[in-house]
Amino acid sequence: MFKIIEKQSLTPNTDLMIIDAPEIARKAAPGQFVILRKDETCERIPLTIADFDREQGTVTVIFQKVGKSTRELGELKSGDVIRNFVGPLGKPSTIKMYGGRVILVAGGVGIAPVYPIARALKDAGNYVYVIMGARSADLIFWEDKMNAVCDELILCTDDGSRGRKCVVTEPLTELLEAPWITGHVWAIGPAIMMKFCCKTVEPFDAPIDVSLDSIMVDGTGMCGACRVEVDGQMRFACVDGPEFDGSKVNWDVVLARKKVFSQEEQEAMQVWNREHQSE
Amino acid sequence: MTEVNLTVKERMSIPRHEMPLQNPVVRAHNFSEVALGYDLETAMAEAERCLQCKNTPCIQGCPVQVPINRFIMALRAGDLAKAAQIIKEKNNLPAVSGRVCPQESQCESRCTLGLKGRAVAIGRLERFVADWDLQHSQDQIEKAPATGKRVAVIGSGPAGLTCAADLARQGHSVEVFEALHEPGGVLIYGIPEFRLPKEIVRKEVAYVERLGVKVHLDCVAGKLYTVDELLHEQGFDAVFMGTGAGLPVFMNIPGINAIGVYSANEFLTRINLMKGFRFPEYDTPVHVGKFIAVVGAGNVAMDAARCALRMCGLHQDGKGSQKPEVHVVYRRSREEVPARAEEVEHAEDEGVQFDFLTNPVEILVNVSNVVTGMRCVRMQLGEPDASGRRSPVEIPGSEFVLPVDTVIMALGTRANPLTSEAAPAVERSPRGNILVDASNGRTDEPGVWAGGDVVTGAATVISAMGAGKRAAADIDAWLREKDKDNSRLPLAV
Ligand SMILES: Cc1cc2nc3c(=O)[nH]c(=O)nc-3n(C[C@H](O)[C@H](O)[C@H](O)COP(=O)(O)OP(=O)(O)OC[C@H]3O[C@@H](n4cnc5c(N)ncnc54)[C@H](O)[C@@H]3O)c2cc1C
Ligand SMILES: Cc1cc2nc3c(=O)[nH]c(=O)nc-3n(C[C@H](O)[C@H](O)[C@H](O)COP(=O)(O)OP(=O)(O)OC[C@H]3O[C@@H](n4cnc5c(N)ncnc54)[C@H](O)[C@@H]3O)c2cc1C
Ligand code: SF4
Ligand code: SF4
Ligand code: FES
Ligand SMILES: [Mg+2]
Repeated sequence: MFKIIEKQSLTPNTDLMIIDAPEIARKAAPGQFVILRKDETCERIPLTIADFDREQGTVTVIFQKVGKSTRELGELKSGDVIRNFVGPLGKPSTIKMYGGRVILVAGGVGIAPVYPIARALKDAGNYVYVIMGARSADLIFWEDKMNAVCDELILCTDDGSRGRKCVVTEPLTELLEAPWITGHVWAIGPAIMMKFCCKTVEPFDAPIDVSLDSIMVDGTGMCGACRVEVDGQMRFACVDGPEFDGSKVNWDVVLARKKVFSQEEQEAMQVWNREHQSE
Repeated sequence: MTEVNLTVKERMSIPRHEMPLQNPVVRAHNFSEVALGYDLETAMAEAERCLQCKNTPCIQGCPVQVPINRFIMALRAGDLAKAAQIIKEKNNLPAVSGRVCPQESQCESRCTLGLKGRAVAIGRLERFVADWDLQHSQDQIEKAPATGKRVAVIGSGPAGLTCAADLARQGHSVEVFEALHEPGGVLIYGIPEFRLPKEIVRKEVAYVERLGVKVHLDCVAGKLYTVDELLHEQGFDAVFMGTGAGLPVFMNIPGINAIGVYSANEFLTRINLMKGFRFPEYDTPVHVGKFIAVVGAGNVAMDAARCALRMCGLHQDGKGSQKPEVHVVYRRSREEVPARAEEVEHAEDEGVQFDFLTNPVEILVNVSNVVTGMRCVRMQLGEPDASGRRSPVEIPGSEFVLPVDTVIMALGTRANPLTSEAAPAVERSPRGNILVDASNGRTDEPGVWAGGDVVTGAATVISAMGAGKRAAADIDAWLREKDKDNSRLPLAV
């Protein structure tokens, strides 16, 4: 059993949980994720490690309530416990001093995984740009925290309610065009955003990493549910990733495989809604 | 109990007792156990068939050397507790092995009474005694005095559990580290409920825990800790690695990543570990269509096919639409099928169809990347190759399309990929299997043992248990040897 030390609501649809998990906190590194299960009937939910505190022994996750399992998770409060919490899974991001500046693009809930990567890159001595994008102002969170770990923060929203009114690839293009070598780019967010960031980066010849959140079950390389195609090879996102060279990812496979269970996911949501209306 | 004194001839004239089974039509729609087990009367009658051979060839066929003649004698005498105790001298998980051992190629294959249909039903008797024991025993646990030595076991499959139990009995303090949220390895995530009820696995694990073994779940070796840390920071004296063969192999054909293509591991894990057959009560979804092809013909393929059939049955009830079809697609012929004959029979009785000498060459998809069919080619058996097996060759121009909407790949597995991160220094084969001295499970790194599927590749439950036992014996001896001068360690009992 793992205790929820703190639960916050970050946006109307996004929650944060700080979990008491000292052993995982001790080993966690930027880019890694956990898998949790609220209770016996819950599925195994993979979530990126948004923050960790080795001294306090805590791991922070941030999740969007998109379906039945994440909505149910969102009903828990500070002090409640979750049944299973396993990690840190996946390979950590490559943190080092890159020649030139680094650019991190965070879309929507992708702000969460980008935060510890930005912090580690800054600690390693890089000049760090973060581009943070969301549909509207109320979906942006952790602006202050992010500001504290990067050199320049660029905000943009689709509707212009906060920061610039544009998509993330616009400031990304401007930065890439500016006369300064780009050491490395990360793009983490919705698959379609990552795909377009890779397209944007392509002509500039800068290396780009993306984090693939394919559907997972065990997270230990046992089931192959998370398989993706990178550089023509089958790779398992849970053990070979989740970060991959974005220029080599077959996005058609990534986008299609996210929809494997959409029929069942809708059914689960309907049942859940019905039960929650009758309560 | 009444004393029966039969002559050899009389014993040999008793026919082998059939295993009562759930009706195939009914069971194709449920996940309850298929083989119902002997009752006391049948078990006693079957026990009478044993000739109590002096040289006990049957024992030679058992990878853990269960004292078959002695347990059958105790059963015959009506002393079930003693029978159970005798089995447990060698086998920590008899309710499991009694159900899933390929007995026909192990203990029963050596029985003096003869082969198929004649041998004493050793496995069924073992199951009967073990089940009785799980219900009745207040097991007095006999353990050697505490040695103060600590052993870490990675993986809670049959290899790990057996090794842990044996070491605990020798008085060592044992902790098991398991990546998943339930202990049991393939017994929990792979083999389906209708062949091995999870309640049985839980009881067997509980027995191991009563021996004093601590089981830590959700602990992934190579991520949360390494073998090195266990030995040098956490104070363990020895480590046993039983991480299994959990990496699924996929065919390298177009469409392999389409929606509707699973590995058998994924399909079975969703159903068994995550209880997807009870969706939406349990959250984990399993999508099954109406025409399912399982590629491969091992035990794993049979389990996947029979699960698929049941999943269709569950969804089909009352809807009255198209009758679902489940096909096993295998490139060789019936004679080469690696699955147990009994499993193939059960699958056929339930309605699984077999397409032998058929090989998939492409999975066809629609614009949304959803499976719409599988292009296959017919095969014929060619000349025997170097291994003596007749290898299948394509029949030119024989291509056809099987109108499937779901494909399950059951083509075998490789060593779990995190094993190398857990123990980077331990020597492995190019395929990732840990290399050990087969007689005792030692790796080339001092203090580190390994056994089970991670060493041999996908094998059997009982061979994994055998490896766990051999390693436990060697670890015990090694720990005592290491401390010889230091009289701290009491001798084993
Ligand atoms: C490595 C990794 C890191 C992730 N990090 C985060 C994060 O930090 N914050 C966050 O909000 N989300 C994250 N996700 C996605 C998150 O796991 C899913 O949104 C969640 O599992 C959906 O569950 P649900 O039942 O509520 O929704 P559902 O209605 O079941 O599904 C909604 C959509 O979520 C995706 N999804 C469903 N089940 C899974 C699954 N088992 N694994 C992966 N994706 C699934 C599918 O695309 C699906 O269409 C991450 C996923 C992975 C693989
Ligand atoms: C579907 C199926 C059906 C089968 N049917 C039969 C049958 O009828 N009869 C038979 O005899 N055999 C059968 N087998 C084979 C048999 O189950 C295996 O040979 C046996 O389970 C191997 O035991 P093991 O202990 O070596 O490994 P496993 O049972 O694979 O257990 C390994 C354990 O280690 C854990 N692990 C892996 N990596 C890590 C890590 N990094 N850190 C921590 N833990 C880790 C895994 O989660 C797992 O729990 C079947 C196998 C399958 C898949
Ligand atoms: S463990 Fe398996 S091989 Fe050994 S006696 Fe029992 S059923 Fe036979
Ligand atoms: S070989 Fe058969 S008959 Fe002989 S002791 Fe073993 S089980 Fe009994
Ligand atoms: S989630 Fe099962 S192999 Fe990656
Ligand atoms: Mg879900």
